[in-house]
Amino acid sequence: MSTALQRQQARVGWAFVSPAVLLIGVFFFVPVLAGLLLSLTDFDLYALGTPEVVRFVGLHNYGATLAGQAFWNALRNTLYFAFAGGPLLVLVSLGAALLLHAKLVRGRTFFRTVYFAPVVTTLVAVAIVWRYLYHPRYGLLNLVLGWFGLGPVDWLGDPHWSMPGIIFLSVWKNFGYNMLIFIAGLQNIPEERYEAAAIDGAGAWQRFWHVTVPGLAPISLFVGVTAMINAFQIFTEPYVMTQGGPLRSTTSLVLLMYEEGFRWWRMGAAAAIAFLLFLVTLAWTLVQLRLQRSKG
Amino acid sequence: MKPGASRAVACLWGAILLPALGGCDGGGGTAPVTLRFWAMGREGEVVQELVRGFEAEQPGVRVLVQQIPWTAAHEKLLTAHVGRSTPDLAQLGNTWIAEFVALQALQPLDGLLARSAALDSTAFFAGIWDTNRIDGAVFGVPWYVDTRVLFYRRDILAQAGYDSMPSTWSAWRAAMVATKQVVGRNRFVVFLPINEWLPVALLGLQCGSPLLAEGATRGAFSQPAFRRAFAFYVDLFRSGLAPPVTNVEIANLYQEFERGYFSMYITGPWNLGEFRRRLPPAAQGTWATAPLPGPEGPGVSFAGGSSLVLFRNSRQHDAAWKLVEFLSRHEQQLRFYQLTGNLPARVDAWGDTALAADRELRAFGAQLRHVVPTPKIPEWELIATRLQERAELAVRGGVPADSVLALLDGDVDRLLEKRRWLLERRRLAAGVQGGSR
Repeated sequence: MSTALQRQQARVGWAFVSPAVLLIGVFFFVPVLAGLLLSLTDFDLYALGTPEVVRFVGLHNYGATLAGQAFWNALRNTLYFAFAGGPLLVLVSLGAALLLHAKLVRGRTFFRTVYFAPVVTTLVAVAIVWRYLYHPRYGLLNLVLGWFGLGPVDWLGDPHWSMPGIIFLSVWKNFGYNMLIFIAGLQNIPEERYEAAAIDGAGAWQRFWHVTVPGLAPISLFVGVTAMINAFQIFTEPYVMTQGGPLRSTTSLVLLMYEEGFRWWRMGAAAAIAFLLFLVTLAWTLVQLRLQRSKG
Repeated sequence: MKPGASRAVACLWGAILLPALGGCDGGGGTAPVTLRFWAMGREGEVVQELVRGFEAEQPGVRVLVQQIPWTAAHEKLLTAHVGRSTPDLAQLGNTWIAEFVALQALQPLDGLLARSAALDSTAFFAGIWDTNRIDGAVFGVPWYVDTRVLFYRRDILAQAGYDSMPSTWSAWRAAMVATKQVVGRNRFVVFLPINEWLPVALLGLQCGSPLLAEGATRGAFSQPAFRRAFAFYVDLFRSGLAPPVTNVEIANLYQEFERGYFSMYITGPWNLGEFRRRLPPAAQGTWATAPLPGPEGPGVSFAGGSSLVLFRNSRQHDAAWKLVEFLSRHEQQLRFYQLTGNLPARVDAWGDTALAADRELRAFGAQLRHVVPTPKIPEWELIATRLQERAELAVRGGVPADSVLALLDGDVDRLLEKRRWLLERRRLAAGVQGGSR
């Protein structure tokens, strides 16, 4: 039972959201649909020269991708990065946020800016500095390890150390952003709860565990999910630091996709990898939401 | 809108549109011709100096050199082609030519060559010239050449009883065994990085394997010629003559060579300079170069290098061709060698004292008379990475050679499915045309 007024309102409402809907449609749904169609074709170098040689191949790209070892290797590397780097990133961000939230710390604004600085710097520029830090002979990191009688580690040349090397760089680059979100979350926890807990005789650890952690739960969910989604999309770090090597030990799914697409120009296969990555990310996000809900 | 504001908007549009209009003017009319020339890495830097000479000879022509880093060159050229913004001419690695021909990005040069008085294909190394010929048509003119020879430790080989590098595989292997006796258990003789496809592909080419069969539509890796080469390759690792490592695991190649961790290494001309620069003065007399040994006498090597190509989209083919002719002149080739160390593609340039006097360079000069290209199809680089991965499986994974080669042929057949389909389609189309005639 829609009155004229309601219809009028609906029209106004649509008019207001139409720019956003149009933008999302043109710049999101159309490309996604095009990508999906592309993944069902064998669009390649030949098709670039003569468009009429594109063939519809159904799910062949998906089958071939899943049958090859390159995909599974890249998936393993991506999961390694996500499950080692993601939690580490969240923990480091939380630690930094707790430190900066503590009342004893002086110059909080200064440190907040300093810790946030890597987020806004260009990774390509930062990578040059980090390549020096990681240098097997002149690197600062190996110098420090040397004081403890460890190393030297060939950070970017040894297939066992290359991924940890990428993870450290990535955590350093990104923790400032999540730190700010955590600080905002900490500021939202009412001071009275801490006071009440203290009066009840809770120690510092108990106050953290029973007041801070539950208070941060919604924020942690957001940070955890976005950190993992970003981790699944890891590309720039290995691209500028190792180009996927050594022995393809840092080839992530996105890097593999990039290689298929822009190095070998096998666009169909690259689009198939993109959709497989989407499924992997989606699956993990659902798992994470489920875990969080059962905990809450 | 206030009048002031509307004027500001008009100015803004003017600022956006005017450069575009200016760009249109530059294309035709009486304005001087501007050639856009893309060159890679150090070559791009040096050629800026060479083109000034060309501009002095051709007053109406201006050359804009754009320097592109090697690491980004391939992607940049591809995206330029897709975006219809290719230059008039460019330097192109000759293993990329087939790919850009498949894209229909390059201009066939046969017409220009036939009319040209200044440029003659016989002046170049035949094997190198051949890399620029795709399906019978010429698409590039060799600018400089690249091939692989053997760098070896003369002193260690002398201790093993060899004054010079043998030229047949059997004698080469005997020399390696003798060298192994000298260097002992913990050191090796020949370094063939297992993350590179070129060493194993070279051995295959030396045995006469075409690498790909049936008009480059299927793998030829299970055929006897390649099997022989692969057995020789794998045996070098099994016998402890070659270390089963990648070039990443060798932290410092020059240091390891100096220490004698390996005494032979197959590599290219850029390492002449590197060996001279990086090995300490005391070690300078200890190394030498030799052409590659082959199964039954001097072996073939890889026909590499860079060519100059013209793009189909360009409207200044004649001016661009004049620049190609200019850069191919004897004296320009020598000048380019002196500036970059890149080896001249013209045979007569090698008679010059600068090149003839260099003892280590002679191996390259000799080798360049025996060079063959890798298969000239767009898929080759992808196939080559598969070749490397599968060879690694045999060397490090211990999988029997025959099953590795069967796997490899399976990979290659799958990668070439599109090519087979395209050729079949072209054949059918030709058949239909022939029938209707």
